[in-house]
Amino acid sequence: MTPEELFDIEIQLLMEGVYQVYGYDFREYAESSLRRRLSQWLAGSGCATLSLAQSQILRDRQFFDTLLRGITVNVSEMFRDPAFFKAIREQVVPYLKTYPFVKIWLAGCATGEEAYSMAILLLEEGLKGRFRIYATDINEEVIRKAQDGIYPLQELQHFTRNYQHAGGTGSFSDYYTARYNHAILAPSLRENIVFAAHNLAVDTDFGEMNMILCRNVMIYFKQSLKERVLGLFDSSLLPGGFLCLGTKESLEHRRISDRYDTVAARMPIYRKRYEKK
Amino acid sequence: MKKNSVCPFKAVVIGVSTGGVSALKFLLGSLPKNFPAPVLVVTHITPDSDDGLAVLLDTMCTIRVKEADEQEFVVPGTAYLAPANYHLLVERGGSLTFSVDPPVNFARPSVDVLFETAADVFGSALIGVVLTGAGSDGSRGLLRIKQSGGMTIVQEPADAELSSMPESALQMVKADHIVCLNEIPRLLTKLLAG
Repeated sequence: MTPEELFDIEIQLLMEGVYQVYGYDFREYAESSLRRRLSQWLAGSGCATLSLAQSQILRDRQFFDTLLRGITVNVSEMFRDPAFFKAIREQVVPYLKTYPFVKIWLAGCATGEEAYSMAILLLEEGLKGRFRIYATDINEEVIRKAQDGIYPLQELQHFTRNYQHAGGTGSFSDYYTARYNHAILAPSLRENIVFAAHNLAVDTDFGEMNMILCRNVMIYFKQSLKERVLGLFDSSLLPGGFLCLGTKESLEHRRISDRYDTVAARMPIYRKRYEKK
Repeated sequence: MKKNSVCPFKAVVIGVSTGGVSALKFLLGSLPKNFPAPVLVVTHITPDSDDGLAVLLDTMCTIRVKEADEQEFVVPGTAYLAPANYHLLVERGGSLTFSVDPPVNFARPSVDVLFETAADVFGSALIGVVLTGAGSDGSRGLLRIKQSGGMTIVQEPADAELSSMPESALQMVKADHIVCLNEIPRLLTKLLAG
């Protein structure tokens, strides 16, 4: 047996234990990314093997939290994929404007960059007071960071460029205050966002959404878990609602795909059909 | 030639950076249509690139060239390019997945990520190729391929448009073949014939 095969077995055993002890289900995560993240975590853990670490992981919540961080932390940026946000602004927002109030679920919000990007976009499009963004993530620690809305100043240059390419109509510097090498986002942006913990692998749906964004989250999932999550989104989305995925994700060959139309060419933006009466 | 020779390699992985477009035009353009293994390629492209390079290469090559799709199963005679701003990874069973984990060696896609995951899956049935480029991406991945018993090929640094990537690989790995770009297609074809 090769060391790689042995490591895979250790991963399976550990993930089963983690599920039974803590209720976090990583058993249907794509293996190659999980393997990379676990070996990185292991290298910094002080343990020689995953089997040796397992004993402490299953008994010591704080130790488990370091593992959870290692497995689930995603990096994001504001207006990541500017062309996507431009398409939202031009091809989705006109529909959203026809509703008195718009509810948006952003699943896998990480440290909040995308949630704040959406808030800025909708405010600029005149939806002030008419929308709420439910931003969720599996990891409670990143949710606290998301609530703070504080980002390293060095990233702001990049965020600003993205904002401009995404069709921003204002001046990006109006949305933050720079202090001690950090940028603090305007508190008014947060008024439109509810941050909450939600685990796509085990939790139930969020009702009556007009729009769901889940970008580059399901790329870490195996087929079976992808289908589960898409089913969750489908039951949370109102007819006529929009489902937005990451640039390299699509609904092709997915069970729910026949209930959705493509909104924008070459963009993973879909609209749920109205049932035929 | 051995009797009943079976192709001893299941995949070829290629890492390239600066100078990559012309190197890939030549290398992928020289492979025969019935090339007996899938070819997985990471080239360092800017985060907002579309699939234009894959589309262009496809028109110039006899093998099929495409941007990798999520959970696609790789097949022989096709080259798969990593999409911009995603790492490309190989799963057991030979399907492709992506990640948006942080850049590795300042790169996403990173050659190391592709090479290491491919080495985990294909073991000794893998050929790794490091071509022209700046920086050191690909060196650790090539080492992993070597340690897993795979075949390692590095472009002769003097032949490369930019030599630091192949030089870095050679510092870390005792490569099986150090050759000029124009010899690589023939070498690959020979290795794959068994």
